[in-house]
Amino acid sequence: MSAPSVLYDAPGPKARGRNVGYTAAFALALLAVAWVVYLKFDEKGQLDWTLWQPLLADGRTWTEFLLPGLLNTLIAGALAIVIALPVGAIFGIARLSDHAWIRTVAGTVVEFFRAIPVLILMIFANEFYFLFTDVPADSRPLYAVVTGLVLYNASVLAEVVRSGILSLPKGQSEAAMALGLRKTQTMLTILLPQAVTAMLPAIVSQLVVVLKDTALGGAILGYEDLLIQYRVISANFANTIPTLIVIAIIYIVVNFALTQLAVWLERWLRSRRRGALTGPDPDMLEEQAPGLDLSDTRKGQPVSA
Amino acid sequence: MRFTRVLRMSAAVAALGLAAACGGAGANADKPLLDRVKESKKLTIGIKYDQPGLGRRTPDGKFQGFDVDVAKYVAKELGVDESAITFKETPSAQRENMIEKGEVDFIVATYSITDARKKKVSFAGPYFIAGQDLLIRAEDNEITGPDSLNGKKLCSVKGSTPAQKIQKDYSHEAQLQEYGGYSECITQLLNGTVDAVTTDDVILAGYATQNSGKFKLVGKPFTEERYGIGLRKDDKAGRDAINKAIQKMIDEGVWKQALEKNVGPSGYKIPAPPEITEK
Amino acid sequence: MDFLSRYDLLGAFWVTVQLTVFSAIGSLVWGTVLAAMRVSPVPLMRSFGTAYINLVRNTPLTLVIIGASLGLYSTLGVALVERESPTFIEDNNFWLAVLGLVVYTATFVCESIRSGINTVPAGQAEAARALGLGFGQTLGIVVLPQAFRSVVAPLASVLIALTKNTTVAAAIGVAEAAGLMKEMIENESDKILVVFGVFAVGFVLLTLPTGLLLGWVAKKMAVKR
Repeated sequence: MSAPSVLYDAPGPKARGRNVGYTAAFALALLAVAWVVYLKFDEKGQLDWTLWQPLLADGRTWTEFLLPGLLNTLIAGALAIVIALPVGAIFGIARLSDHAWIRTVAGTVVEFFRAIPVLILMIFANEFYFLFTDVPADSRPLYAVVTGLVLYNASVLAEVVRSGILSLPKGQSEAAMALGLRKTQTMLTILLPQAVTAMLPAIVSQLVVVLKDTALGGAILGYEDLLIQYRVISANFANTIPTLIVIAIIYIVVNFALTQLAVWLERWLRSRRRGALTGPDPDMLEEQAPGLDLSDTRKGQPVSA
Repeated sequence: MRFTRVLRMSAAVAALGLAAACGGAGANADKPLLDRVKESKKLTIGIKYDQPGLGRRTPDGKFQGFDVDVAKYVAKELGVDESAITFKETPSAQRENMIEKGEVDFIVATYSITDARKKKVSFAGPYFIAGQDLLIRAEDNEITGPDSLNGKKLCSVKGSTPAQKIQKDYSHEAQLQEYGGYSECITQLLNGTVDAVTTDDVILAGYATQNSGKFKLVGKPFTEERYGIGLRKDDKAGRDAINKAIQKMIDEGVWKQALEKNVGPSGYKIPAPPEITEK
Repeated sequence: MDFLSRYDLLGAFWVTVQLTVFSAIGSLVWGTVLAAMRVSPVPLMRSFGTAYINLVRNTPLTLVIIGASLGLYSTLGVALVERESPTFIEDNNFWLAVLGLVVYTATFVCESIRSGINTVPAGQAEAARALGLGFGQTLGIVVLPQAFRSVVAPLASVLIALTKNTTVAAAIGVAEAAGLMKEMIENESDKILVVFGVFAVGFVLLTLPTGLLLGWVAKKMAVKR
């Protein structure tokens, strides 16, 4: 449903007047809030140029702290998604296996890791690497962060892949069978490629979740991600609040760009193969619950085949 | 098959990651400190990156603070050039782990000598004796010590013992705000939404120096924290060498200069040098 | 295992449950209001809704919650409970965490409801308008009740994610499960696997039944079209 919406009539002169009224009232309310925020920040001295100068006019803050932090966040995020994708695909397929025991094992693993907070997974991974492996100290936090993210996101992506495969028209696998392809061949050459293409937007928006979640590892494990840079920056300039604001803006810009990419990808895929595939809405799949099966839901619309 | 190629590539990346995970650790991590130094003429020293006055990474990529100065002095005495020191951040929860695994040669990071820690690592020093104190706003005259905090708001770092100590032993009706780091506490103290921040006095002095004129220390330390230099357990020769370096730093007056430079401007009264007890 | 009895495990998980319940109610309400704004006839409200979603959803939750504590309370001076109360800090932090969770989770609720609105056939809204209902009535009486039925499943996912996200409240000192876990890892470093196991099981026990129950409700509620 897009504007002009079916939810309301095209505004006549009276309604237009009323809308102007609402707009004005709403704008006034927003301005009032902004004004109060400005006054309070000013009163507490948070707008002092000495606090903002290191962030806005000193390139070293960026080259030494913020950009390396952002790079670390992007590295952890990219590694996590690159590893989580194949792992997730394997588990997603395993949950569709013809053998009951494979389905059960894969299902249990996926449900388990989806139910545990990522932070707990990261802490555990860190201890695991410390106790049982020789991963050097420099990279242990990265390994722990990536492992935590992979365990969680692979199980989310497993569901994404599974629902993607289930949303394909039945004719696809039937045709493959008629051609004499074996089950593995059907899956790898026919079903999976289509499912992943259809699920690309959901996968990209999962990347946003991954990037935000890297921030969980910084404080406890000492992974020098973007968020944790506020500790070092404020140790230098005593400007905690301005630093947090700037870091928030960086996150928003990067993630917004990624979200736009997801939207663009979806449109591009739609226009490329018109109406052929409709996977579940990425927004709805982003953080799917354990025990829930969205695979028979297309665009939130129950499919009664 | 474009897709299968992508799949294969990501599998390869994953395999690479796993292979790297199983790679080797530091080659000579098991040797005693002095042998390692003799061989490589290099040191890896654990410090804090975010503690003004003690260990702080500056925007030009350098390190500043009292802990850093101690680390550099000890390194010099061990025959290691300042440019051959690698500083590494050691989060509090990871310190014993990193020493045990030989990932740092020693740690100078407001590291208190305790019996529990001595089970896992050895200490040289102490190189400084701090005490838990309170940091308050400069114009505050009501708070005079740990027992005048009833009804006041106190801030400290989550899971740390200092704040719990006050609630348990001194002011039972003090309200406690906990955060992940001190910088949040300092912000609240500046804003007037907490009345005091508590931890070791020298750490507080670092923040008072950083925010010159806005804060003051109460100046009545009520615990004793003996900061030691943590190193490999039972590395006696290494410990003796470090102890000798600390003693020399104190005797030459470099110790006092370093403190005056890093935390002196806060008005913090620099205590007498400690007697080295970890032998 | 008896070291566990030294810690108030149930108490910590109880705080987690409370955080979840209050935040869930709050984000359902605020998320619905946001969704209504995003489809409303007033252009400024639509833009506000879009901007809000894009800003908040792309910010890490940790930042949102620290922002509630340092920004909203400490700098702007907004306290959520009686300032003179002897447990002011504890209560205020709890509600600041709830607020942060609501602000963040509402964006996911809003997007789910919006996709729910999309599943309601246009004829429904058209019929409502033909009957002379205004925007508020069309949305409130006709479209939303139907939309909710088809978004039970995604909303359940959001609820589960919310349960797990309450762990972030530890950043401003709320004494919930993750905070206790950090303390236990610090003190009982030799029993780390047991500690991890206990908390993992705790969260599985909290989230799995919710998921299963709401999954069943979702199937019951689904509208056949």
